[in-house]
Parts: sequence; structure tokens; C-alpha cells
Amino acid sequence: MYGKGLKPLSIATVAMLAVSLSLVFFYAPLDADQGFIQKIFYVHVPLATVALLGFIVGGVFAIAHLRTGNRRWDAYSYVSIHISVIFGVAVLITGAIWAKASWGHWWVWNEPTLVSFLIVFLLYCTYYPFRYAIEDRERQARYASVFAVTAGAFVPLNFLAVRMAQSLVHPRVFATSNGGLPGSMMLTFLCCFAAVALLWVTLVKFELAAKSASGQIKRLRRALDAPGSGANSRIAPEVS
Amino acid sequence: MLALLAETPALPLDEAGKYVAGAYVVFVVLLVVYVAIMAAKLARIERELRDLAGFAESHADGEKAALNE
Repeated sequence: MYGKGLKPLSIATVAMLAVSLSLVFFYAPLDADQGFIQKIFYVHVPLATVALLGFIVGGVFAIAHLRTGNRRWDAYSYVSIHISVIFGVAVLITGAIWAKASWGHWWVWNEPTLVSFLIVFLLYCTYYPFRYAIEDRERQARYASVFAVTAGAFVPLNFLAVRMAQSLVHPRVFATSNGGLPGSMMLTFLCCFAAVALLWVTLVKFELAAKSASGQIKRLRRALDAPGSGANSRIAPEVS
Repeated sequence: MLALLAETPALPLDEAGKYVAGAYVVFVVLLVVYVAIMAAKLARIERELRDLAGFAESHADGEKAALNE
């Protein structure tokens, strides 16, 4: 069920990534201030934006789980957070590379943008031990959903706080004054954003499909191994 | 292909080039690692499914033999 539409989605993602990379290196002009280093921005900013949005989406799925009690929403929430954490790793590494090239330091501790993202990332890293510390499946799903909702609400608040804070060195890409990106750079950025968002959706669907397949196999194994339960006869026709 | 490359503007791969390359390589490597992990998961699922199919077949054969007796 989760694998439905995965093939066209994967093809669209690969095509969009190829188009975006072509635009980055052969269409977007060099930045007058930063030069070639600015090309990192086209992978770093979409990854960061999609990761943060993914955390919020995970929170929304968690709300659906708490409202309905349907475990499917818990799986959606878990996978959304999981893929966003992976994107978060890429954000931190690409950001550190850009910082080294631009500022001469891998990390600057007094920059609110960097530290706030690290805080959000570390917060979501605690999701895994928190979740698996609870043995009872029902409680695990419920507590994880509460965590996802609370942390998901923290993400936009954190983002707004950073936007309002005085940035020391980190550039404001979508400045509200003195212009923003020129048209060609904006087009390239939007393509990159669409590509990374598509990639996120594709990976979420892949992960859900894999989890669903594993779950079905476990169910099948339990049913087949059940001695004299009658489950064997119910399941056997499906296997054959 | 060579003609196309000749027409494209030269990328300024001096000092900044290694950092830009590094950032994009990190992105690609993370993707490849993820795909490799997914491939390993898929292989495990396939193996488990094969085991289950074998188990179900032997179970069905056993039931048939018992009925014939």
C-alpha cells in the first residue's frame, strides 16, 4: 500500500535533482559578495527548510494519532522525524563546510541561527532513546506523539525567535528589506527546494513501505508459528 | 558531450571549489548510504519472505500427507 506511486515519484525526484544541479552550476550567476562558495546555499538552505518542515509535519501526524488512536499516524510521524533527522545531519555538515569557507571557522557558537538549529536537531535526537525506552507499544506510541507535538510546536517558535534576533554573521537569505535573491537565483533556489522536498517525500514513502513489509512479515510469522490456533488455516491461502 | 562542456562556462574551481564539492559530496554520500541501508533492509525482507514461503510450503505438504493417511 505504501509503495503505491513510488516509481513515478522516484523518477520525478531524480529528474528534479538533475535539473536543479544543472541550474546551480550552469545557470545561476555567481554571487557578487561570496562568489562560488554561495553555491553551497542551494543544497544547504533547502535541506534545512525541508528538515524543519518535516519536524512540523511529524507533529501534525502525531496530533492525528492522538486524536484517532490509529497507529498508522504514529508510523507517519516517526518516519517524518527520522528522515528529517537525516536531513539535519546533512544541514549541519554542509553548513559547517560553508562556515569554514566563508568565515574560516567550522562552527561559531555565538551565532543564533547555528545554535538554534543544533538545539532542534539534538532535541529530535532524543526522540529515539525516549521512544525505545518504553516497552509497551501503546504507551510508546502515545508518549512519542506527545513528544512530536511538543517539539513540533517548538520548531516555528524557535525559527521566529532566530529571525527576530540580531544575526551576527549568518546571512539572511530572504531578507525583508534591501531586496532578496535576484530572479535567476530565486528560480534555481525554488527548483532545489522542490527537488529536496520531493526527495523527502520519496524517502518517507520508501521507509514506510519497508516498515510495512517488515510488519506484514512479522504478522505472518506470528500467525504461522501459532501452534493449533487456527490462524494457520486462515493465513495459508494468502501465502499460497 | 565534449562540445557541450566546451560551451559551458568554466567553473571557478580554485580555493572555493573544494568546499563546494565537499558540501555536494556529503549530500550524495548521505543519499548513497541511505540507499545502501534500504537495500540491506530489502534483502533481509526478501530472505525472511523466502523462509516463510518455505515454512508454509512444508507445513502445507505435511497437512496433505496427514489427510491422505
